[in-house]
Amino acid sequence: MQKLLKHIGQYFMMMRKVMSVPEKWSVFNKQLILELEKIGLNSIGIVLFISFFVGGVVSIQTALNLQNPLLPKYLIGLASRDSLILEFSPTMISLILAGKVGSSIASEIGSMRVSEQIDALEIMGVNSASFLILPKIIASLFFFPLLVILSMGIGMIGAWVGGLSVNVTTSDFMYGLRYEFIPFFVSYAIIKTLAFAFIVSSLSSYFGYYAKGGAVAVGKSSTEAVVYSSIVILVFNFILTKIILA
Amino acid sequence: MIEIKNIDKSFGDNKVLKNVNMTFKKGQTNLIIGESGSGKTTLIKILIGLYKNYSGKVLFDGSNVSEMNKKELKKLRQDIGMLFQGGALYDYMSVEENIMFPLSLFTEKSEREMIERVNFCLERVNLKSKNNLMPSELSGGMKKRVAIARAIVMQPKYLFCDEPNSGLDPKTAILIDDLIMEITKEYNITTIVNTHDMNSVMQIGDNISFIHKGEMWWKGNKEELIISNNEELTNFVFASKLFKRLKK
Ligand SMILES: Nc1ncnc2c1ncn2[C@@H]1O[C@H](COP(=O)(O)OP(=O)(O)OP(=O)(O)O)[C@@H](O)[C@H]1O
Ligand SMILES: [Mg+2]
Repeated sequence: MQKLLKHIGQYFMMMRKVMSVPEKWSVFNKQLILELEKIGLNSIGIVLFISFFVGGVVSIQTALNLQNPLLPKYLIGLASRDSLILEFSPTMISLILAGKVGSSIASEIGSMRVSEQIDALEIMGVNSASFLILPKIIASLFFFPLLVILSMGIGMIGAWVGGLSVNVTTSDFMYGLRYEFIPFFVSYAIIKTLAFAFIVSSLSSYFGYYAKGGAVAVGKSSTEAVVYSSIVILVFNFILTKIILA
Repeated sequence: MIEIKNIDKSFGDNKVLKNVNMTFKKGQTNLIIGESGSGKTTLIKILIGLYKNYSGKVLFDGSNVSEMNKKELKKLRQDIGMLFQGGALYDYMSVEENIMFPLSLFTEKSEREMIERVNFCLERVNLKSKNNLMPSELSGGMKKRVAIARAIVMQPKYLFCDEPNSGLDPKTAILIDDLIMEITKEYNITTIVNTHDMNSVMQIGDNISFIHKGEMWWKGNKEELIISNNEELTNFVFASKLFKRLKK
């Protein structure tokens, strides 16, 4: 418990250092572009792949559960849509990104810590926390929502293909997709995603930034980053859903 | 000139430095020698401001570091060049970007001027036209030299080197030592080198301070070191049988 409090205190102290105006915008922009590429572009493939197949599975399973002839087929489109938008895309994709992006952030910053690169930044008079971490947070806040929206779209295509395989017609499926669509659900998903993006990028940076020792410490920090990011995501998922939807 | 006065530093219950007083002179290579674990790196980290919890005074040309405001500290940091034990090159930047980095952050130089300065520093460390290599493509000795180039790119007044030739073969080690010495004389800077390499001590030791178990134990130049009768010092310096015989 005491250790947890110490971590929380240290985390907020680090975040105070992170939230400061960059030394020079041209240098900051260069960092940001690097991060956008590392965090965003490199994750598109995996997001597309997972979303398509999970979307397909969701609609097949829904179809199996709704085999009662009294229930209209379009419900399959509707149910797939809502589960993708409300839960799968924002939460599952964020968890997957916690694994992919979180571990790479933590190991990158961790190895800079143990090889004294962070010390080198500090003695040059650079605010290392802000220089390294702020671009990662901004890139995550920008890219996570885009990836999640992309995931919703591809997930629905997957759901449509999955539906076809269990004899749900395209017109039934499309009708279901549009049936009683509540745009606010998308806003809710984006709000959640923004929170998750912040959690993953800042927590993973934290574990890397305070890595101590050698290569083993770097490995440990990246594992911790994934584990704790996932736990905090799930807790906040619960809290945010309670606040926003209930 | 850099002076440290009555420095005490502990990590928890472990008293690492005990009432250390030292003076490092301008235009000289000042060496700090001592056994592994005696507190050399800790001392250098206090000097460059990476550790803040210590007692005592650190004076850079007479001004006390702990009394400086943010702006003065920042100014001071730009006058400091540091060569870390492993080089600490930024591994996602090329050689050129590494050396250019401080310039692009803290000066208003144009791209062309910066590249000119980078090339000058690279030539100075005998790495002409290696601009586009990545740190992972360099040998240990090359990394050290790039790190030296980065340390001098801002024309520092103070240069700190933590074991500049650990992990290098004797010939490359001498090359690095000579380079540090030449740069010190050429630009008349205050250089502090941590080492336990006796070759370096004999090669470049203008002003040598020996720390033993966290205490300042002995100081002098290399000639005085050879004839000294201080027991701990001779045990450290003439650790090998060969050296012991040579001394006799
Ligand atoms: N961050 C730290 N936390 C706790 N103890 C530390 C820390 N850094 C150093 N120490 C302790 O301080 C003592 C001196 O360490 P230091 O690194 O200054 O030695 P050194 O003289 O540089 O040794 P070497 O020649 O092996 O590099 C050691 O006992 C070490 O365990
Ligand atoms: Mg050391």
